[in-house]
Amino acid sequence: MATSNLHGVGDLTFDSSNRRWPNEMNVLLALILIIGIFELLGHLMMGQSFLFDTSDRSTSIFNEQRLRIIILQVSIVGIIAIGVTQVIISGGIDLSSGSVVGAAAMIAMSFAQVAEVNGNANPTLALGPWAADLPVLVPIAVALLFGLLAGIINGSLVAYTGIPPFIATLGMMVTARGIAKWWTAGRPISFPTDGYRAVGDGLMPVIIFVTLAVLFHLVLRHTVYGKHTHAIGSNEDAARMSGIKVGRHKVLVYTIAGMLAGVAAIVLSSKNLTAQAGMGVMYELDAIAMAVIGGVSLSGGRGSIIGTVLGALIFGVIISGFTFLRLDAYYQEMVKGGIIVAAVVLDQWRQRRAAWGP
Amino acid sequence: MTSSNTILETVGLTKHYGGVHALEGADFKIHAGEHVAIMGDNGAGKSTFVRQITGVERPTRGQIIFNGASVTFENPMEAREVGIETVFQSLALADELDVPDNLFLGRELVRFRLGPFSILDYKAMRQRTMEALEKTAVKIPNLKNTIRNMSGGQRQCVAIARTATFHSKLTIMDEPTAALGVQETAQVENIIRTLKQQGESLILISHNMRQVFDLVDRIVVFRRGRIVADLRKEETDPQDVVAYITGAKTGAEFQDAAA
Ligand SMILES: Nc1ncnc2c1ncn2[C@@H]1O[C@H](COP(=O)(O)OP(=O)(O)OP(=O)(O)O)[C@@H](O)[C@H]1O
Ligand SMILES: [Mg+2]
Repeated sequence: MATSNLHGVGDLTFDSSNRRWPNEMNVLLALILIIGIFELLGHLMMGQSFLFDTSDRSTSIFNEQRLRIIILQVSIVGIIAIGVTQVIISGGIDLSSGSVVGAAAMIAMSFAQVAEVNGNANPTLALGPWAADLPVLVPIAVALLFGLLAGIINGSLVAYTGIPPFIATLGMMVTARGIAKWWTAGRPISFPTDGYRAVGDGLMPVIIFVTLAVLFHLVLRHTVYGKHTHAIGSNEDAARMSGIKVGRHKVLVYTIAGMLAGVAAIVLSSKNLTAQAGMGVMYELDAIAMAVIGGVSLSGGRGSIIGTVLGALIFGVIISGFTFLRLDAYYQEMVKGGIIVAAVVLDQWRQRRAAWGP
Repeated sequence: MTSSNTILETVGLTKHYGGVHALEGADFKIHAGEHVAIMGDNGAGKSTFVRQITGVERPTRGQIIFNGASVTFENPMEAREVGIETVFQSLALADELDVPDNLFLGRELVRFRLGPFSILDYKAMRQRTMEALEKTAVKIPNLKNTIRNMSGGQRQCVAIARTATFHSKLTIMDEPTAALGVQETAQVENIIRTLKQQGESLILISHNMRQVFDLVDRIVVFRRGRIVADLRKEETDPQDVVAYITGAKTGAEFQDAAA
């Protein structure tokens, strides 16, 4: 009976047990399933476990080394994905983040160099001695500022010129990569200060990723900013009619995404102890893939940071699983591509089903 | 000046879209507590009229007087702030958000202010939503459902409940029951009666003659962008109204307007 689940006059309830199965649970199940597949293949093909520690001497349950590699691997792109997630939820797309990482890394690193290496002048000094041995806050501020500018330009183009986000950020993608190459005419920049090294040292990338993920999870769930981001991606006209300043909000969303790309640039160049013009190539696509795998809908309005983090883990597990099985990197790419397409198809299917009713 | 209890008045309100004269010199008046229907054929300019008085669009010409003062609304929010709540023909709901989110979209309740990062007060919004739905006797299965998962009737009810959540001086509904079944239509009509009891003014746009004669005090007929009749319910009947809508008849005082 269709009306049996309706509450009549004055009989309204808020039934939290009646919540819908959250989409993140599906992503989590997919993650577990994929780990299971690699476990199985590991036992069949390699005679060893993928994620668990099976050696007799060991005291831990998990193969900590592999876990660490997986998480470390996805952390830096994961930081970008946090921003990309917000852009996609708002109904946009950001193709520029990988290039922004490259340019921001180059520029930041040139303010993070030591003057002397083993008593000799730093051979890769990009800007001259005046920019050497600066406090670590300088390169950090520079990278964030570059990300901020790139984001403001992206956001303003999208919000005020009517250029589709795909094209606007494609322009930034090419431009920022150009800046990265032009900065030192293609030469790498190396030998950062101790302060700068510390930023991306050891498990720092993971700590930064997790901290930012928690922060933006809370921001998206519990602030007006988050609500409006979802609303704009869901129905831009409705958002506008409700008095939301849609243009201004979009600029803010892209700016946050740009700054997160700046953070990724800092962590990446610090971890690698060098910056190169080619840094971050294809990161934008990996970040979008993480979000999409995590259930962020490319048509906007739907998705969460938790989903994206799970998507990032799926991503990391697959890459490290292929390495574990000693399969070619070519297969990795192919499977990665397949998974992205599958995730988008799944999203489309989910939407159509929702449109037709349960 | 107009009589003191006139809540909204338009003088010579006109809207041209390029060469399309969608609205031409509309003189309209509604008193506090009065319920007025706007009727007219498709394309007669009813929705256009609504868009001008709610700040969605800027009129080409003409004056809007609200509560005795001349106003120009830059956007729908400004109209809302002075107390005009509107259910637009296109519902203006965010599909991926749930009921309280939609009710409070653009005017969220917050626990403390931090600019765009103000912290939402979900509990208060849920509470007020339940009150609003109770007040309007709207049936919604679960407040946490997103709009996407609701039927057309439920969506309409949410859009209407949104106007009822906030105490308004004037409520405008553009064809609120056009896509509804019998039960949902009755529900919406009940909401309208509740508004009447509470003394709130209403402009109801509808093609449904029975409904209009059931609910309102006065009927204003639009034809080809112009007001062609202004009829008290007691002094007219459905056939008469149809004659005005189709152009078979034009009100004496509007003769020159329709010429
Ligand atoms: N944005 C626009 N640009 C150009 N013409 C428009 C625009 N909006 C409306 N019109 C035209 O103005 C006229 C009045 O349209 P309006 O939507 O006000 O009609 P309506 O009386 O609400 O009709 P319906 O009963 O079908 O909702 C129509 O001829 C329509 O095509
Ligand atoms: Mg209309």
